[in-house]
Amino acid sequence: MTMTDDTKPVLPPVPGTSPEGAPELTAAQRRRAGSRHQAFEGGTGGKLLGYVGMAAAVLLFFVPLYFIAMTSLKTHGDIYSDPISWFPNPFAPENYSYVLSELRFDRYLRNSIIITSILTVIEVSLGVMCAYGFSFLRFPGRNLLFLLVIASLMVPNQVTVISNYALVASWGWRNTFQGIIVPLAAVAFGTFLMRNHFLSLPKEVMEAAELDGTGFFRTLFRVVLPMSWPTLIAFTLITVVNEWNQYLWPFLMSDTDKVAPLPIGLTQLQDNEGLTNWGPVMAGTVLTAVPMLIVFLILQKQMIKGLTAGAVKG
Amino acid sequence: MTSPAIPGLEKSASDQDPVKRSRSLNWRHIGLATALILPNMILLGLFTYRPLIDNFRISFFNWNISSPNMTFIGFDNYVEWFTDDTSWQIARNTAIFTVVAVLGSMAIGLALAMLLDQHLRGRGLVRTIVFAPYVIAGAAIGVAFQFVFDPGYGLVQGVLAFFGVDSPHFYQHSGWALFMITTTYVWKNLGYTFVIYLAALQGRRKDLDEAAEIDGTSAWRKFWRVILPQLKGTTFFLSVTVLLNSFTVFDIIQVMTQGGPFGTGTSTLIYQVYQETFVNNRAGYGAAVATIMFLVILIITLIQVKLQDTQD
Repeated sequence: MTMTDDTKPVLPPVPGTSPEGAPELTAAQRRRAGSRHQAFEGGTGGKLLGYVGMAAAVLLFFVPLYFIAMTSLKTHGDIYSDPISWFPNPFAPENYSYVLSELRFDRYLRNSIIITSILTVIEVSLGVMCAYGFSFLRFPGRNLLFLLVIASLMVPNQVTVISNYALVASWGWRNTFQGIIVPLAAVAFGTFLMRNHFLSLPKEVMEAAELDGTGFFRTLFRVVLPMSWPTLIAFTLITVVNEWNQYLWPFLMSDTDKVAPLPIGLTQLQDNEGLTNWGPVMAGTVLTAVPMLIVFLILQKQMIKGLTAGAVKG
Repeated sequence: MTSPAIPGLEKSASDQDPVKRSRSLNWRHIGLATALILPNMILLGLFTYRPLIDNFRISFFNWNISSPNMTFIGFDNYVEWFTDDTSWQIARNTAIFTVVAVLGSMAIGLALAMLLDQHLRGRGLVRTIVFAPYVIAGAAIGVAFQFVFDPGYGLVQGVLAFFGVDSPHFYQHSGWALFMITTTYVWKNLGYTFVIYLAALQGRRKDLDEAAEIDGTSAWRKFWRVILPQLKGTTFFLSVTVLLNSFTVFDIIQVMTQGGPFGTGTSTLIYQVYQETFVNNRAGYGAAVATIMFLVILIITLIQVKLQDTQD
């Protein structure tokens, strides 16, 4: 598992434009190759099949999202129509105001923002520090400690919740922000991601900094980080999405809207409104989903880079 | 500076350095490394490795998590789990869910990646749409899909009605409920396998494709003989990560079925851990299930690594 090189674009080049390893062809081969250029494009027939496949993918993924968004804007009677209606008639934006003001969904939104921002700041700092230590410093036990960081990825949170719950509850930390935040703050994947990137940086620059006796903070902020923004942004985005969507631990830690984040608020909303009042429940769902969808739409290349960095051999 | 190289700049190869060099400790490095690494290591130790071991200890006790009294009962929790009929239904649910989720999301993810790797107009937009559900909270998808699968007024029923088919009662039948949970999970997480396979496809050797085309290899044969072998590393990586993720799904089950219908209709091992510990107040039994779950994950992963090694 090595990281893809940072000098490459986020997604590797469009097929056919890559100059690497283009074989020398005879005139006859070139003629034959010219007719079919892509994996499964057997001419117009293949293209047509491709578009049919794309249409199917759009139907499968877009229609449910559309249906959810529309339901959040429908009145009670409109939701229970047979056959289903594809447009809200009339528009019912009051589902949103009802959820936000009457059901105090704004509190869950505030809690989500607090938890996600604090956790992201802590995790990104810890990840960068830890990765710096593992990449640029020499100390006994380095490989063993790094192995411990990586191996923790194999331990699902769910196996540790019972003991952690007992410990954190004994500190009186249930229904507090620190109770949700501190046990989630350790960084494993981010450390791995940043370390791989740091090791790919040109050695000469670090050697020069070391020879000049440049201090840690100066080296980090003037030398290392300016060469690491894409990876750092990818790491940050993955952390934001992960923590925003976190479920089991905040669910166990919070009983009320005092500190519970949106996904937990949604469960509480569902319990209270039951399956009888779908409009507000759908509005709550959309409010939970939309912030991450916006982040994703703006920064999708960076986010995908972070996900693929650990997976694809460069 | 008398040392032949700058200390600490070597990659992991530094361990194979001559003894002479590795013996000279650089205290500035050690001090700084301690300050940088210690906070994260303490958190990992306290909230990952300590509870992992403690969970094993708890599994030998009879314990209500909110009381200080624990009664040692040896292997009783394990004996109970292995002799209880419900356990086998839960193990079966977990196996079906995991196998379908892993194979389904990998196969469909690869198919989508092959499709959207081609030069088609609008593929960028379709890539975005396919990946979008992955960034949405599982709890949100679960809540919304309850209505999508609503047998009276949901989207699935609407589509089935268009073809003149009656919708099954997804919530009242164990098999259909498990189908619903699995479908929802795969739908939400396909984006992940899709982008990983897409990146791998784009990083493959295009000259091999061309060589196969020039030799007149059929598309089917080319996929199995030329493309798939190049994706072996990615396939291995996905099989490990997707298995780990799908094995430990909690949010979708909690919001959609709470493990039901009929008590354990859609319960998986992780759901049983939660149910026993926090609902039935049997933390010791829950811990025993968690230990069993961890061992199963560990064994499967070791088998996967072994298979990967023997193939190379």
